[in-house]
Amino acid sequence: MDWFTSHLDDVWRLSVIHAYLAGIPLLLGLVVALPLGWLARRFSWAYPPLIIGTGLLYTLPSLAVFILLPGILHTQILDPVNVLVAMTVYTVALLVRTVADGLGAIPDDVRLAANAMGYRPVRRLLGVELPLAVPVISAGLRVAAVSNVSIVSVAAIIGVEQLGSLFTDGFNRDFFAPIVTGIIACGVLSLLFDVVIVVVTRLLTPWTRARAAS
Amino acid sequence: MIRFESVTKEFPDGTVAVDALSLTAPTGKITVLVGPSGCGKTTSLRMINRMIEPTGGRILIDDRDTSTIDAAELRRGIGYVIQHAGLFPHRTILANITTVPLLLGWDKARATSHALELMDRVGLPQSFAKRYPSQLSGGQQQRVGVARALAADPPVMLMDEPFSAVDPIVREQLQDEFLRLQEEIGTTIVFVTHDIDEAIKLGDQVAVLRVGGRLAQLAAPEELLSRPVDDFVADFVGRDRGYRTLGFRTAPFPTSSEPTVRLGASAADARGVTDDPWVLVLDDDDHPVGWVERERLDGTVTRDALHRGGTVASTDGPLRQALDAALSAPSGRGVIVGPDGVFVGTVRARDLIEPIEASAARERAASSADASGDEAGEGAGEGIVVAEPKAL
Repeated sequence: MDWFTSHLDDVWRLSVIHAYLAGIPLLLGLVVALPLGWLARRFSWAYPPLIIGTGLLYTLPSLAVFILLPGILHTQILDPVNVLVAMTVYTVALLVRTVADGLGAIPDDVRLAANAMGYRPVRRLLGVELPLAVPVISAGLRVAAVSNVSIVSVAAIIGVEQLGSLFTDGFNRDFFAPIVTGIIACGVLSLLFDVVIVVVTRLLTPWTRARAAS
Repeated sequence: MIRFESVTKEFPDGTVAVDALSLTAPTGKITVLVGPSGCGKTTSLRMINRMIEPTGGRILIDDRDTSTIDAAELRRGIGYVIQHAGLFPHRTILANITTVPLLLGWDKARATSHALELMDRVGLPQSFAKRYPSQLSGGQQQRVGVARALAADPPVMLMDEPFSAVDPIVREQLQDEFLRLQEEIGTTIVFVTHDIDEAIKLGDQVAVLRVGGRLAQLAAPEELLSRPVDDFVADFVGRDRGYRTLGFRTAPFPTSSEPTVRLGASAADARGVTDDPWVLVLDDDDHPVGWVERERLDGTVTRDALHRGGTVASTDGPLRQALDAALSAPSGRGVIVGPDGVFVGTVRARDLIEPIEASAARERAASSADASGDEAGEGAGEGIVVAEPKAL
């Protein structure tokens, strides 16, 4: 407890960096996954390669990715861009299937009605399909958020500072206080992400609670 | 007017869903496509708004070949109602109804006020405007479906088994309201159903399709009942054809005077008007409300004491209604009212046989005139509304 109170500034600073490194890729990953998921749903031949291919990305060991990315991107090893790109890849890996399945779960009669009323494909996607897929996509996003918060900490091994640095610090000094602090801070951060996603989802889907209100 | 010109749909696997179908759906009338499953009725419907493209022939709407019109534009001009309504679950009732007007670029105020007006017309309270579809019953959702299809005042409306997913009582109510609405708006409607009774009730003309998408018979409902062209149509139309035909025939018939009492009269008064075991009760506006059994009367004549089995027929209604009134009355005397609902008299079943036979004879004479070359009287000209007898 003494260690925590005396290092409050450090913990706060590392938390902010951690949130940035885990959160921005969540948004970027969603932006990339939406068109890919749509493609997988729109063209049945594209579904297996896209879903299997992006799913395999998640099996890449994060440490190896952090080490190899600078060579591919021509960046410095300590550049946070490496972490952002890696985490975006993991987010995409988790979300493409979610987006495809979310779009696929829309009732046939709703899709039929939209076509029959003269919707063109893009407007139908934005006005009907995507809003209806929000609950499913949101569920995937919550998993990705927790996964990101956890994986980002590995980047401490290559020297990119964030809450993971508390683990390497504690390990090097054989000292538990920073490790426990890091675990708790990661937990709190995951919870915050979750709350934000849930609140935004609720705002976007008033219709899902309509039955209860009636 | 919608014209099918030898329209064929062959699917890639070689199945022929619709085979050289030619028919015309006249402007302002309800054309019903009916047949067993696999007869291509839904495929035919969806070819009209190009949800399915024909592989042969043409479909013209007001003499314009639909294949030359952009599919999305074409669909915005055609109302479409499907079985489970297909409402957008994420949009309020109001937003659902304004969908097509907004796609067409109407300004929001105009779309909204028109939508509220339509809600009124289809019998939905305006307080539903801000609700979501999941908060409505199946029948209410289907009303929204109809309002949504009509929202941009389309000259043509397609309906694919719109009433088959709701329970029988609601279905009948929706059908009656639909007929009333159609009388007001006079849209050109193509209606698909597998239910021959619904087809006969709603159609100005009925197209019976057989499996494989071939037209078996296109006729006004009455003609379908009285003159099915072959065994398939006769079977499909079903039993009681002769009796059901009476639903389309009117003829003058004699009524007898009937002693009556008013609601609230004393038992003694009721016993005094007649020796018959059953006495007819009227309300203060001379509308019949039911029969009471003389012997069981006690105190005054109240609504609770009324027998509820009898139906009421109108002097200008179909003969089926009058016959049903006679058969359903506990006294054996059918209650007949004028067009204004005021009691006129009663009729016995035996007094209806002669008018029925006379009207059948007239019908036979007319059809032999048709057969001898005069086609003018044939076809689906008249708008026919079957008024079901009201229960007492």
